[in-house]
Amino acid sequence: MTQATTHEPPPTGARAAHGIRQPMSALERVLAAFGYHLAVYRRTWRGSVVTRVLSPVLFLLSMGIGLGALVDDRAGGIDGVPYLHFVVPAIVVTQTLWVAWGESSYQVLGYIKWNMNYHAQLATPLGVRDVLAGHWLAVALHLVMSTTVFMAIAALFGGFDSWWAVLCLPIAVLTGLAFSTPLFAFTATQEGDNGFNIVYRWIITPLMLFSGTFFPIDQLPGWMQPVAWVTPLWHGVSAARAVSVGDVSWLPFVGHLLVLVGYAAGGAWLARRAFARRLLP
Amino acid sequence: MSAPTIPRTPLVSRVARAMPMPAGAGLARMLVERNVRSFRHGWIALVTGFAEPVFYLFSLGIGIGALVKTVTTDSGMVVTYPQFVAPALLAASAMNGAVMDSTFNLFFKLKYAKLYDAVLATPMGPRDIAVGEVAWSLIRGGLYSAAFLVVAVLAGAVRSWWALLALPAGVLIGFAFAAVGMFATTFMRSWVDFDYITLAIQPMFLFSATFFPLATYPEALQWFVRATPLYHGVALERALMLGDVGWGVLGHVAYLLVLGLFGVVGAARRLEKLLLS
Amino acid sequence: MPDTDDILLSARGLTKTFGEFTAVDGIDFAVRRGECFGFLGPNGAGKSSTMRMVGCVSPVTGGELRLFGLDPATDGPAIRARLGNCPQRDTLDEELSVEENLWIYGRYFGLSRKEVKERAAELLDFAQLTERAKDKVEPLSGGMKRRLTIARSLINAPEILLLDEPTTGLDPQARHVLWDRLFRLKRSGVTLVLTTHYMDEAEQLCDRLVVMDHGRIVAEGSPRQLIDDYSTREVLELRFDAEDHGAYADKVAGIGERVEVLPDRLLLYADNGDEASAQVHARGVEPLSSLVRRSTLEDVFLHLTGRTLVD
Repeated sequence: MTQATTHEPPPTGARAAHGIRQPMSALERVLAAFGYHLAVYRRTWRGSVVTRVLSPVLFLLSMGIGLGALVDDRAGGIDGVPYLHFVVPAIVVTQTLWVAWGESSYQVLGYIKWNMNYHAQLATPLGVRDVLAGHWLAVALHLVMSTTVFMAIAALFGGFDSWWAVLCLPIAVLTGLAFSTPLFAFTATQEGDNGFNIVYRWIITPLMLFSGTFFPIDQLPGWMQPVAWVTPLWHGVSAARAVSVGDVSWLPFVGHLLVLVGYAAGGAWLARRAFARRLLP
Repeated sequence: MSAPTIPRTPLVSRVARAMPMPAGAGLARMLVERNVRSFRHGWIALVTGFAEPVFYLFSLGIGIGALVKTVTTDSGMVVTYPQFVAPALLAASAMNGAVMDSTFNLFFKLKYAKLYDAVLATPMGPRDIAVGEVAWSLIRGGLYSAAFLVVAVLAGAVRSWWALLALPAGVLIGFAFAAVGMFATTFMRSWVDFDYITLAIQPMFLFSATFFPLATYPEALQWFVRATPLYHGVALERALMLGDVGWGVLGHVAYLLVLGLFGVVGAARRLEKLLLS
Repeated sequence: MPDTDDILLSARGLTKTFGEFTAVDGIDFAVRRGECFGFLGPNGAGKSSTMRMVGCVSPVTGGELRLFGLDPATDGPAIRARLGNCPQRDTLDEELSVEENLWIYGRYFGLSRKEVKERAAELLDFAQLTERAKDKVEPLSGGMKRRLTIARSLINAPEILLLDEPTTGLDPQARHVLWDRLFRLKRSGVTLVLTTHYMDEAEQLCDRLVVMDHGRIVAEGSPRQLIDDYSTREVLELRFDAEDHGAYADKVAGIGERVEVLPDRLLLYADNGDEASAQVHARGVEPLSSLVRRSTLEDVFLHLTGRTLVD
């Protein structure tokens, strides 16, 4: 961004006038991009709210209560914890994977390719960084909302053990962002939607199934466990499970969080590069 | 060039003609040929579609299997968890594949690609489209089912030679869902409406005695589950793959057949209305 | 009228309604073998609805329609087997390559694989797309897609080729290439039926045409004949520095046969435009610009309906 010019800036509030304008601050630019998504969301939230909320609740009922009855009956829960308490924090985190997917794949490609929304934003004083940060703010908002609603419902079903479980919210949002930013980077390299299908089937679904969501990963064959260790979902699930069961050992916990932050930051860096390449060639 | 000759009509089209449906020219297989060609460009998606149930089988089969050891089925058989869940996954993936094909893909062809406008300018009619698309969906579903069965056998999740019939049963499940999905798609106005399809599919996937026996539910809920189509698919596949076959199997078959025929007739009529106005 | 054996396509009282709306309001026409027949009219005149009925993809609401002596209501597939249909919007299959589009479309007519491949090779050559045969459809230019659509509609060696707005949306050069291809087709004996809202296209291609407006046919004849019947030989176009050109209509009244007022100019119809221009100047009226040209079908349309074709 070009910052201060040699000219005397006009008084604030004169932005609608002809001539040189007061430059926007970084925060203003990000909020301007965020504002767009907020306006869109205000029109469209009804369309997605039912599936967004319902889907994790269905998993909660099926896996937590239905399958849980079977597991508790045969194995007496997992390490002494009832299966419901084991699986609920994991679903809290896993549903952010779905939300992040929904917000960072087709939607973003649509903005890049079909309605050219990003191009429109970049023709204004906003830069790539502002556009991305604004959009991620919107993604974070989605994550907060969907997680809050799900946690409230799960609590009604007695899904949590301890008040510490409230901390699942920030952990889940962080995990969602750890998926969202790399997905943005991937989407920016895509021409059509073929790649999405492959990522969903080969990455998103296996992540959900092999990251310790529905059973501890030490049930998996030995060679598969290190695979789980590098996935952000396993770290998110482990951290959320620790706070929700009220059994936090600090060193691994901080480690989990650092990995998540690393994914989010690394993804953001890649996304910024990919967007600049795609949108400002 | 001589005038094009319409080849001899195969049995399938003769059967199709006997149904209470709008006009076609017995050329439905040409649409299948078109889809095969289109798929050669996107073969990777074909491989991908097969992966999902395999992932579920390995994840839950191994992970949950290690925890619960054995499950008692609703007919009283004691089996390992992978044996319990594999037939359900086969049925569910037959449903998922068929629904994806006949809803999202069909809607795209109908609304955006305008594929059928071009098709209907030829001697082909709406019936050819309905029959052709459903037939294609079945071929694809059959391939998935066959591949999954092989994996299930290797994973020790199959207990009987009856399992050979699990393949045609998978195709039947696909047929029922493809036909109904297609019928439903002809009512869709925009992509937003597809949420309703997700709303129908996901609960069936999660609650049709897929991951735990029906006996887990209270009595009233059990009857409700019994009324839904995927339950019959799961029960049918489970009976065949576990070799636990009784006359009740015919009931499941009849349910799925009726559902499928209802869907095909409805879809062909709706397509005629939509495309030939 | 010529021998009725030669009439490939005829309509009597042909009507199409959508609910309350009447798109085609009882039209009569007949197309002879080997001619190029056009429907000229603005958007919404009922041309496309007519074409869809002729293409047997839209049921007739009322009146009688016959192609090759057959009724679309009962013999749709048999008629479509002998038609080529080039719709207004390209309906190419973007999941298939250029040549696959031709192959598969040929298969829809029940042609054998061998026939289809031979024919596709000829047609790709005709459409000047041989080099792009293996390419995807999506990146082709608008003109190429159009030519591919036409090539595809010829795969069954149709006796009648229907073209709905064949050059709408193409750049001038691509239009000329396409017109050239259509001429060749006509010379090879294919009967062309086309709609257009471009008067130059109608003049270039059509032996005979009907002018449509509000679902009705308002005139019929060859382009030359229509111009002779409904317009003068020349037109004088006058522009003034004024918001309302109507104010000048009175000042030039009586010069030539008639005056038409458009938002941005006056049209003075006269057999000799230069003479008319001299008379305007003689009255002391000073336009910003004046231009003499020959009458076109646009003028015919303006005279018949009081409106312009493209708005």
